[in-house]
Amino acid sequence: MNFYEHQRRNRRRTALLIGCFVLLFTALGAGLDISLTGFGIGGAHLPYVTIVALFVAIAVAGLGHYRGADWVMTSLLAEPLRADDPEHRQLQNIATEIAVASGLPRPRLFVIPDPSPNALAAGRDPAHAVIAVTAGALALLDREETQGVIAHEMAHVANRDTLVMTTVAVLFGGVVMLADWARRSLYFARQRKGGAHPLLVGAVLVLVLFSPLLSRLLAMAVSRQREYQADATAVELTRNSEGLARALEKISASPFPFRAATRGTAHLFIVNPLRRRVDDREGPWAALLGTHPPLAHRIALLRGMAA
Amino acid sequence: MMVFLVLVAAVAAWAVWTYNRLIALRNQVQNGWKQIDVQLKRRHDLIPNLVAAVKGAMEFERDTLERVMNARSRAVAAPSVPESIAAEGELSRALRQLFAVVENYPTLRANENVLKFQEELTTTENQLGFARQFYNDLAMRFNTQQEVFPASVIANFFAFQRAEFFAAGEDERAVPQVDLSLRPNR
Repeated sequence: MNFYEHQRRNRRRTALLIGCFVLLFTALGAGLDISLTGFGIGGAHLPYVTIVALFVAIAVAGLGHYRGADWVMTSLLAEPLRADDPEHRQLQNIATEIAVASGLPRPRLFVIPDPSPNALAAGRDPAHAVIAVTAGALALLDREETQGVIAHEMAHVANRDTLVMTTVAVLFGGVVMLADWARRSLYFARQRKGGAHPLLVGAVLVLVLFSPLLSRLLAMAVSRQREYQADATAVELTRNSEGLARALEKISASPFPFRAATRGTAHLFIVNPLRRRVDDREGPWAALLGTHPPLAHRIALLRGMAA
Repeated sequence: MMVFLVLVAAVAAWAVWTYNRLIALRNQVQNGWKQIDVQLKRRHDLIPNLVAAVKGAMEFERDTLERVMNARSRAVAAPSVPESIAAEGELSRALRQLFAVVENYPTLRANENVLKFQEELTTTENQLGFARQFYNDLAMRFNTQQEVFPASVIANFFAFQRAEFFAAGEDERAVPQVDLSLRPNR
């Protein structure tokens, strides 16, 4: 698959994700409406909840599209670079180098104050991209290794993986929020009116229960393939596979857990910060549930490129 | 008659599209060249700073320092593109030698100022390499677009020029890579 197809597919997926999200949100609202008032029993009742849910969904999706990268950075407690820190200065230089190599603008850079080595990219397009590196990665990796990691992140930016991944991260947060809100309001309504139609309450409950699962499915929409692809593009950019291979080795050997990452943002990282065991396995089942491919396999592939 | 008109319109549309694509590529190539220029200029500006920072502690290495400064002035003064490429290659080699020598001076390696300029020059060298790589990829695409058949008609008609590759000198590539990284945790 070539680069432009990859970009197009990512744009299509993002549109589909946003469409599904708005539909799901509205359906949940409609379910609540029906369970509160019954099937038109209230007569000419306006479906308030449905309308509110629709607008909230559009607002979340729209705002998330434009501000998503900043939300992700805020949720990870990322901080902008400090000009007086030589390590930060070096990171900025390396990002400039990779920007030159890829012919794209240099993304905004952040450092996450966490000892666990990791890195991620987010943003809707190259002009609005951000790359964040943990303080642990800065301390652990040398210049060549950091260059490989930044090139990997830049590859995600270039082929618009960041567009899909940021959308997933933002909407995942939205779905969890919605589930909580629906559960609470249903509970509230039952206290007040002495219960809605049990069948419809059941329908809402199913939706509420399934929304976290649904967001897992969203996370799976980003295939494991993207990481192999980004590794390959990183080597193409730097003409050097050893740096990235060594970086992945060092990251996988690090004992520090990553505290700030959640299930909503895990798929954004170069190495899964949650260290889920499914990621270490191969096969169709693991490919379906895992967000990251096995590290050992990635390293072996990178070493193979050098030969 | 209708068919003929439609055909002419289609060919004209294709010609305009091809011409515009070639122009766009040519502008990209020119922009790529400017990127290289920016890095070269940056390197010329940084070198006196580095030399000033290491001078005091490197009394014994006058030759190395002088070689860098001479290569720099030749590169700045180079009148044509091929001469500039040759002079920049010489400058790269001189710089690499200087960095290798700096490694032998513990006081320099611990000096914050020297480290700063070394990092700045390292990133400039890397950016230069990447800009060259990016430029050459673009030049290759531009040249291929001019050579493949239907587009070549348009390219020849409007007398498009082939882009020149910015090749690294052969001997420059033969020099073993000196690791310029700071490696804070060695």
